[in-house]
Amino acid sequence: MSEFSVEATDIVRTFNNGEFRALDGVSLQVPTGQVFGLLGPNGSGKTTMVRILSTVLAPTEGRAIVAGYDVVKHPGHVRRSIGLAGQFAAVDENLTGFENLRMVGFLNHMERSRAIARSRQLLVDFGLADFAHKLTSTYSGGMRRRLDLAAALVADPPILFLDEPTTGLDPQSRQDLWAIIEGLVEGGTTVLLTTQYLEEADRLCKQLVVLDHGKIIAEGTSSQLKSSLGNTVLVLTFASTGDAQQTLGLIADISAKPANVDGTVIELTVDKGPASAAEALRRIDSSEVVLAGLQLREPSLDDVFLNLTGHKAEDDVAVVEEKLSRRARRKAKAKV
Amino acid sequence: MTITARTTSETAPHHSSLRYAARDVVTLARRNLLALIRVPTALVFMVIQPVMFVLLFRYIFQALGAFTHGDYVNFLVPGILVQTTIFGAVGTAIGLAEDLQRGLIERFKALPMARMAVLAGRTLADSLRNVIVLVIITGVGFLVGFRPHGGFFDYIAACLVMLLFAYCLSWGFAFVGLAAPNSETAQAMTFPLIFPLTFASTIFIPLLDLPRWLQGFANNQPVSETTTAVRALMTGTPAGNSIWVSLIWSVGLVAVLAPLAVNQFRKIA
Repeated sequence: MSEFSVEATDIVRTFNNGEFRALDGVSLQVPTGQVFGLLGPNGSGKTTMVRILSTVLAPTEGRAIVAGYDVVKHPGHVRRSIGLAGQFAAVDENLTGFENLRMVGFLNHMERSRAIARSRQLLVDFGLADFAHKLTSTYSGGMRRRLDLAAALVADPPILFLDEPTTGLDPQSRQDLWAIIEGLVEGGTTVLLTTQYLEEADRLCKQLVVLDHGKIIAEGTSSQLKSSLGNTVLVLTFASTGDAQQTLGLIADISAKPANVDGTVIELTVDKGPASAAEALRRIDSSEVVLAGLQLREPSLDDVFLNLTGHKAEDDVAVVEEKLSRRARRKAKAKV
Repeated sequence: MTITARTTSETAPHHSSLRYAARDVVTLARRNLLALIRVPTALVFMVIQPVMFVLLFRYIFQALGAFTHGDYVNFLVPGILVQTTIFGAVGTAIGLAEDLQRGLIERFKALPMARMAVLAGRTLADSLRNVIVLVIITGVGFLVGFRPHGGFFDYIAACLVMLLFAYCLSWGFAFVGLAAPNSETAQAMTFPLIFPLTFASTIFIPLLDLPRWLQGFANNQPVSETTTAVRALMTGTPAGNSIWVSLIWSVGLVAVLAPLAVNQFRKIA
């Protein structure tokens, strides 16, 4: 296996006859044997990128090599090396969990006996053995997601694409899925994962790119992205929003990075935590404002995103919704 | 959590062969037929409507004295059978629209399976469902006095003619299912296609009893030809060249509609 399992160069994908550019020149390289994160809010182009890499959708421009094969020229070869688990748990509700996996095994052209054995094994591995012969329409959201992931694994693909694998899951199911993904990578699988949860990228991904409006706006390791931001976040809490606004003017020049005000809370990314905190306290002390709380913390990827885009990762939905492709809208409907 | 270790050391099978394509079609047809057993309401619904039609037309319509060409039951039941098989194509559209909506088509597209198997598996399963429906409606027909004159093999031939026609037509409805934004719309979109074809035809009424302005259309559209062929094989009415014309229509329709559906399948994502 070569150094990179996925290499994409200048991928462009337009919808509505070029009116909407879902991807606008995205290049990325996914090293073999690790989790690579594609981070971004709704409509940033993550799902489109996964569709292109998994041969479901053709790129308008650019070139992508997956498992050594061009996705446009040799899609059949690519499909034999990948597993895809989509955003909306694509399981057949009229089949049992076992039947779903066996069907995917057959469609992967596995030997009958092997497809069956593998399906049984995966149901055990994913804690679904007791529900193997129940219709998936009776499954909970977390169970469906696990089955969807299991379906992507039936043929033992060396490369796995996971499109927002934990969106909409409860915290426990999310933890379970994270553990599964970590187990897969230990076994040598390469995973490309999209997420809008910064915590998820932080926990799982060795390297990641941040997508916004179809362009890569940052890339590197999680810690590189954080350190590019300064070492510490200074969090100041006030009794009222007025106090917060008033203080903002006093302390804004402590850091070169813009401050984030959310109601009664100011967050400021600073280079030298204690010194900056002391400076801020001095200034607040000499004003009329009363400080309700002070905290220093490590920057999260939330901070990274805010800093890079000027907006939060999750609040972009309304802007982007109208730009979604017809297909994406249909899927959104199906989800509701 | 440990995931069972990778075991892909054996040589990869030859994925492109026809044998695998056939296996893919069977896998998906089987999956669609399983849905029929798991959600029997769909089948019940498919059967109830023609049964109501048989009863309604057999007893009410005949009581009106509107049919003056002898035994109406023998005229009606072959027509209802044709209508029912054609209505089965609505299920093709809805089924594909649902698969699309649930993301299953996307999953299939990322698998190393034959591309045409999704559509072929669906249309094949819908044809097999039509066989079941034909058997049931034939039974109901017998109960209300339907007595085909032809032999057993004529009856089978009649069934094959209409199953083939419905199969070929269902590729057009596969296109509708893949082009519709959701399954509800897919269903709604099929009605303007189905109703003129089945009601402006000779399914319920002989051609000359239709309003004159409808006769031109009714006389030259494939459903009427298929109905005439089926009726002739089942009850011994004059076939003319209707059997051949129906078969030619079937071949012509699938030659146009299948590429349309396949192209739509490629386009969607």
